[in-house]
Amino acid sequence: MHQIDLPLSAGYDEMLDAAQSVRPHYREFFDWLNAQTPAMLAQRRREAELLFHRVGITFSVHGDESGNERLIPFDTIPRIIPAQEWAHLEAGLRQRTQALNMFLHDIYHDQNILKAKKIPAEQVLVNAQFQAAMCGINLPHQIYAHIAGIDVIRHSDGEYYVLEDNLRVPSGVSYMLENRKMMMRLFPELFGRHAVAPVEHYPSALLSTLRQSSLEDNPTVVVMTPGHFNSAYFEHAFLAQQMGVELVEGRDLFVKDLRVYMRTTAGPKQVDVIYRRLDDVFLDPLVLRADSMLGVPGLLAAYRAGGVVLANAIGTGVADDKSIYPYVPDMIRFYLDEEPLLRNVPTWQCRHQDELGHVLTHLDELVVKEVHGAGGYGMLIGPKASRAEIEEFRERLKANPANYIAQPTLSLSTCPTFVDEGIAPRHLDLRPFVLSGNTVRIVPGGLARVALQKGSLVVNSSQGGGTKDAWILEA
Amino acid sequence: MMLSRTADHLFWMSRYLERAENLARLLDVSLSLALLPQAKGARAEMRAPLVITETLERFNQRYPAITPEALLQFMALDRENPASIICCLRHARENAHAVRGKITAEMWENINATWLEARQLEANGIGNVADFFDWVKARSHVFRGIAYGTILRGDAYSFIRLGTFIERADNTARLLDVKASLLTDATIEDKAQDYYAWAALLRALSAYEAYLEVYREGPAIESVAELLILSPRLPRSLCACLDAICKILDQIEGDNGRLAQRDAHKLLNTLKYTRAEEIIASGLHEYLSQCLAQINALGGTIDHAYLRVA
Repeated sequence: MHQIDLPLSAGYDEMLDAAQSVRPHYREFFDWLNAQTPAMLAQRRREAELLFHRVGITFSVHGDESGNERLIPFDTIPRIIPAQEWAHLEAGLRQRTQALNMFLHDIYHDQNILKAKKIPAEQVLVNAQFQAAMCGINLPHQIYAHIAGIDVIRHSDGEYYVLEDNLRVPSGVSYMLENRKMMMRLFPELFGRHAVAPVEHYPSALLSTLRQSSLEDNPTVVVMTPGHFNSAYFEHAFLAQQMGVELVEGRDLFVKDLRVYMRTTAGPKQVDVIYRRLDDVFLDPLVLRADSMLGVPGLLAAYRAGGVVLANAIGTGVADDKSIYPYVPDMIRFYLDEEPLLRNVPTWQCRHQDELGHVLTHLDELVVKEVHGAGGYGMLIGPKASRAEIEEFRERLKANPANYIAQPTLSLSTCPTFVDEGIAPRHLDLRPFVLSGNTVRIVPGGLARVALQKGSLVVNSSQGGGTKDAWILEA
Repeated sequence: MMLSRTADHLFWMSRYLERAENLARLLDVSLSLALLPQAKGARAEMRAPLVITETLERFNQRYPAITPEALLQFMALDRENPASIICCLRHARENAHAVRGKITAEMWENINATWLEARQLEANGIGNVADFFDWVKARSHVFRGIAYGTILRGDAYSFIRLGTFIERADNTARLLDVKASLLTDATIEDKAQDYYAWAALLRALSAYEAYLEVYREGPAIESVAELLILSPRLPRSLCACLDAICKILDQIEGDNGRLAQRDAHKLLNTLKYTRAEEIIASGLHEYLSQCLAQINALGGTIDHAYLRVA
């Protein structure tokens, strides 16, 4: 019997219920865990670390001058999700992504949602992520976010909430796949005892989605990376290989007569779909950032002329911005005439005077985030912050209120996790990936990110978070 | 068909690995020769790796004299020496990293593991010298074996092998040239020393057993030259390397490579129809210099044809 620290009071634990009994969908795993010796489990964890190093599933950290590649810590206790919960999540993700794509098409065309005053026009049109160059451009099947990573958490009330939509270049899917591979290698017997829905077909679903994004019959697809110094390079290379397509850098491509070509050993070859893993501003030095060496001169002109498809489209950032996030439920009602299946976290927009007032008087209870922030940087977690930190943030807020939103401090659910002291509950989230082509495809699973520090709510790998395998049990 | 940049990385990945292997073999032989009792040519032997890698000047700036210890330090794990084994392994791994999706997982994991182990050796010291050289050679052999056993036969495999054989041809020509000039040096007259030196050269090219099998006599300049330059049966001979290069170039898709094919076949034909006594008569050094120039030119043509397409 392993010593499992009890979940934090008033929190929701994925394995144990309020009475500290094991939830039914964890029963089988729990029994198995208890039959293993600590020595064996520790040995398997070392094995996993060795394997991840050897495979080179590493990332480089921003600001780490030594250029060392680090492993994202991997935890061997899976996050298990029962079939009916996943069915609900899946339907909600499908609905949400559909509405977000419709929103993007709308604001770059007729702007009906703005005319109907569901969202203040200035919040969309003067948003730094709004790309005027996209106005009036028709995309195949009107899809903007071909690949979306939607961050979902479970609150202490047991309900799922969407924390964030990632519609630009969401990453992490390679960890979903590698974590599964690792679990199957370390503990094959577990997969005989559980009907875990497979995730291995993600690359093929991705390729189908990318091929459908083009009107060509047999389009040439490539993955575009900023290069092997990028922190997510492993994932770029991995996906290109798994899909059997070329991994290109900007310098491998050139534009001629509004068509894009790659330089090959047998001469130029036309490219129809670019799954680009770099931000909008780096795509074309002629139009966007002139100092960037990562992009392709003339790419935007070719794109606007329909000579090439970019996945995701340019300008999707306006829909996943934290200042637009509060309106997503309204988007679902407006475009689909449906009630949202997944909840949004209540959000105060500091741009509004009355909401700012509320935020300023409740800073010690709230989480305050930058509108364009990501990676867990530049945020305040009120209950965990010192008085000085709160005061410092108060000044920043007052100076530029429109740059911030605030949310109640959610108690992300916990899951038992191996830590130095044994097995203890740690907060976690889930990022499932939604693929939009002719149909919406969602591979049952996602990247489960876990905060390894006791009590921490920041799950980002850049802040020391780890990952787990996420199991969706088949019905 | 593949990205030119990808082909370039694959080519240099295997070139650097081959270079590390050749260097290990050469150092192994040079150092053990230098340790022979009353080794008259020891200093010359130890100069050879520096001359071949064109790092003699850099070495002299950093070390007062050529001792076995200094040579080992400089050529094995010195990151300041771009020609050192550690630098070759690092370049090989970096090139592999840039195209890890184009080689098999086994190949990538192997070359990555080699690099991780090299860093361990760097941190802990290399320990037994012979073991270290064996390790370098073994890592190269294993990588080649994994490539042979796992990768799809196509342009990626072609460019990997092209890098290997261009580097190998270059190495054989350089090594033979430098050693032959040491041996024809008037200061060495001792027959026994001569014997050791030729045997060392053959060992450095893994050709000693082959030599004995083919010639059944002590090494002599003409038969050594014949084996290392002209024999199609010795895997590290110039002729065998060029033969492989021609076959690979003929297989690569597209017709960008016509010039490279022409140059390679030209050189191969010269090697095929030349006799050893002609080479000796015209001067071994002159002949090898010409070969080296042609191999370098061929490398340039390949680079231009495939790796840096506009």
